[in-house]
Amino acid sequence: MKKEIICTVCPMGCRIYVEGTEDSVTSIEGYTCKRGEEYGRQEFLHPVRILTTTVKVEGREDHLLPVRSEQPVPKELLMDCMEVIRKQTVKAPVARYDVIVPDICGCGVNIVATGNIG
Amino acid sequence: MYEINCDVAVIGAGPAGLSAAVAAKKEGAGKVLLIERDESVGGILQQCIHPGFGLTYFKKELTGPEYAGRFAEEAEALGAEVLLNSMVLEVLPESNQILCANSEYGMTRVTAKSIVLAMGCRERTRANIQIPGTRPSGIYTAGAAQRLVNRQNAMVGKNVVILGSGDIGMIMARRMSLEGAKVLAVVEIMDFLAGLTRNKVQCLDDFGIPLKLKHTITRIAGSRRVEGVYVAQVDENKKPIPKTEEYIACDTLLLSVGLLPENELTRQAEIEISPVTNGPAVNQYMQTSVPSVFACGNVVHVNDLVDNVTTESLQAGKYAALYAMGQLEGEGREVESVTGNNVRYLCPQRLREEKGAKANLFFRVLAPELDVRIEARCQDRVIASKKERRVNPGEMCSIQIPLDDVTDDVIINVVKEA
Amino acid sequence: MMKTDVVVIGAGAVGCAIARELSKYEVDVIVVDKNEDVGGDASKSNSAIIHTGYDASPGTLESQLVVAANPMFPKLVEDLQVPFKATGAILPAITEEQFEQLPAIKEKAFRNRVYDVEYLTKEQILKMEPNMNPEVRGGLYIPRESIIDPFIYVQALAENANENGVHFLLNTKVTGIQTEDQKIRSVETTGGTIETKYVINAAALYCDEIAAMVGKAEYKVVARRGQFYILDKNTSCKVEHIVLPIPTKVTKGKLMCPTIHGNMLVGPTAEDLNNKTDKSVTADGLASIVEDVRRLVPGVKIGDTITQYSGLRPNRNPEGLHVDIWDDLEGYINLSGVRSTGLTLSAAMGVYVAQLMKEHGCRLVYKENFKNTRKGIRIFHEMSREEQDAVIKENPKYGNIICRCETITEGEIMDAIHRPLGARSMDAVKRRVRAGMGRCQGGFCGPKVIEILAREWKIPVDQVNKNETGSYMVTGKTR
Repeated sequence: MKKEIICTVCPMGCRIYVEGTEDSVTSIEGYTCKRGEEYGRQEFLHPVRILTTTVKVEGREDHLLPVRSEQPVPKELLMDCMEVIRKQTVKAPVARYDVIVPDICGCGVNIVATGNIG
Repeated sequence: MYEINCDVAVIGAGPAGLSAAVAAKKEGAGKVLLIERDESVGGILQQCIHPGFGLTYFKKELTGPEYAGRFAEEAEALGAEVLLNSMVLEVLPESNQILCANSEYGMTRVTAKSIVLAMGCRERTRANIQIPGTRPSGIYTAGAAQRLVNRQNAMVGKNVVILGSGDIGMIMARRMSLEGAKVLAVVEIMDFLAGLTRNKVQCLDDFGIPLKLKHTITRIAGSRRVEGVYVAQVDENKKPIPKTEEYIACDTLLLSVGLLPENELTRQAEIEISPVTNGPAVNQYMQTSVPSVFACGNVVHVNDLVDNVTTESLQAGKYAALYAMGQLEGEGREVESVTGNNVRYLCPQRLREEKGAKANLFFRVLAPELDVRIEARCQDRVIASKKERRVNPGEMCSIQIPLDDVTDDVIINVVKEA
Repeated sequence: MMKTDVVVIGAGAVGCAIARELSKYEVDVIVVDKNEDVGGDASKSNSAIIHTGYDASPGTLESQLVVAANPMFPKLVEDLQVPFKATGAILPAITEEQFEQLPAIKEKAFRNRVYDVEYLTKEQILKMEPNMNPEVRGGLYIPRESIIDPFIYVQALAENANENGVHFLLNTKVTGIQTEDQKIRSVETTGGTIETKYVINAAALYCDEIAAMVGKAEYKVVARRGQFYILDKNTSCKVEHIVLPIPTKVTKGKLMCPTIHGNMLVGPTAEDLNNKTDKSVTADGLASIVEDVRRLVPGVKIGDTITQYSGLRPNRNPEGLHVDIWDDLEGYINLSGVRSTGLTLSAAMGVYVAQLMKEHGCRLVYKENFKNTRKGIRIFHEMSREEQDAVIKENPKYGNIICRCETITEGEIMDAIHRPLGARSMDAVKRRVRAGMGRCQGGFCGPKVIEILAREWKIPVDQVNKNETGSYMVTGKTR
């Protein structure tokens, strides 16, 4: 398997060419820094993203609580996570970093509040 | 009229205003008052629920609400006061007064020793770019759509085309996709991306959204709600090539075609405005042409990273505090910073000589370039220089220059490295 | 079934002026309009000028009505609190050929009984309008050409008519007209049948279709599109008068003038369409405006545009303003060919139609309790600081500024919603209080206005429309 990855570590946008199998990298080139190399490997083997969205607040029709995944979640789970979060409702008060959904989709990452609701 | 006296009055409690208030308090200013038109502080960051903030300043990837929250809490802890739901209608620089409307107190007059302008910016509209066609509903600036989706719990549409590859546009492409909408295309008239590369990867590529560079929208169709848009490739003069025109059926068009500093108050207060940035011209203290008035953030020039806003705003807050305490001279000899090769604009535009001090000059280039040297010249001396692997109009550049002997105007050039 | 004496079809300037005139008498009037708001189509997208009639065809009904209507405005706008200003118009002659046309234009004005047209020298013009093309050779001054807020004018007529008992059926389309023994019997609408003695067809663009319902299809409406630019109040190149080009045989040409709120208006084009719906602006049309207006005001800054729009003037073929009444159809009055002078002549049209009804045997008895005034919306940004303080204390909603560009408060928006014939759509709010009419074009206030409309009318957000049904703003909730 061969992939061309645009590095997003810094604004340079290096094109990194990675070759390998599902669980190992056999060749990686095009990166220009250490962080770029790490990113290239990660993005090839197991791309992850921080998910951010909103959660409904009980009794407050026009108010939403912003939330995020504490750590990046596997990219392929983004839409599944959205499905879970969409059904979620929180009750005020909520403080920043309160856990809203623990271990979302079993990937070991918590969805936490990024704002406060008094 | 309700009267408030303070030392430093900050107009706007977004990221710029909050940072300025924090710095002013830390510098020792007495009463610092943030005047905010919204019902809560944080400004636009309240709707920027996505990550990508704070990578430079906090060395951590934060979301907008988290980034704003850190400064809001710090400002509060330091004792800065906030007047919410208050729209400033007039700034009177000669008396250092600010008039604002507030539902609770009525018309309110704030008298300060120094003022920080931190009103932010607004979005360019359909009229600014003159798209022909009908005028149905379903045409939103990306920021207005972002407010509706992220703060007002309202979904703006189902099948979306986005004009402009600015960061807000791309971030809304992802946001709309996550909320179940289909984003059909992001259309960009230039032959390069307007926003950050990471946003193209994470907001467009991740969701299979096509980016159409060198294309524009030639016409909007639909009498009630948007029914579709005509998209065509453009030639080197940015004129649409008729035979390339195609129709994309959609119910929503989001515009991400740039931001403009919001300087109605600045203009009305007769503070000098730079014709290039459309914001007040400032010196390294972020001091405007009126010595008691400082300015920071997107009201000065439009930034792409909030971290840069913070850096500038901390300066503005610090010097506004010093001015309020009588520790900053009102007048001084100043030289100008001048745009040289491949530099569109510079900020600050004026520099004051100051022994042992340095200033960060922020600037944007006109065209993307690889392997360049950025150099600052004063007369025939190179006073600062640095290498850059890549420069891009969408990403702010900066260079630090010594202010020891800026005896004449400072010219910034971006030159190809031999 | 609803029952009334008179049905007026069309709630534009002419329809509302007729309704208001009839509201002075003891007759029941219902105004029916397909749109969600009063204000019509052509009446809300025009150059917002109150003409003198100096350039009308002498001896025509149009000349008679426009010339009669112009002097009615100062009193009318005071009674109804409509923003209005007699700026006067300047007709500059740029070329020798145009200069030679001036005497003929002045003489035509005289034949239209417009006696106050004056010659201007080059120096006078450049003093009055420093941004005028310096090649100007001289020109004419028409003092009573004026500017008005066309939205508020029609709203004011409608609100005042409504306060005096006229009913308005909005969002209601006329689908048929029933006659019996050569007399009007009823009007069928999407909102039910209305039994009536009179029908006044003021349907403008659609007046031929209405006329066809009673078998009077003697003409066709031809929509003539006019595209306009509105420039920012801050634009550096402005004019203070209405600057009109010398007309050619083909067109009256494109003008530049201030709007009553301090913007600059530039346009219009004149394009005959083969449909009645295409209100788009086109690249070619807009380019032609720039080209033409630069001849008058070379420094005009089109880059300062805050919006572009187009309006459809309901021209007719054969041309000319007509008010028709037929012996074989009692109770039916047909208005057609109301063009760009319609906004002006509407003021006289009410009186004219009422007189026509009297002459044809309608008994119009003056109402003793007719109220001739209408209170406008209190405008926050026009108040002194003391008045602003007082109004916020009286109603805290006036302290909440919703539209930043035009400084429009929630108090004003609430008034726009809750007054007679109150605003139900985004555009209706905008046309009453200008929220969203500034340089950000609703970017900031739009989301808030959606919320206010949903709250005040107690409807879900997805039922808030930009204007007519189907122009929804949002599709629903995200959560």
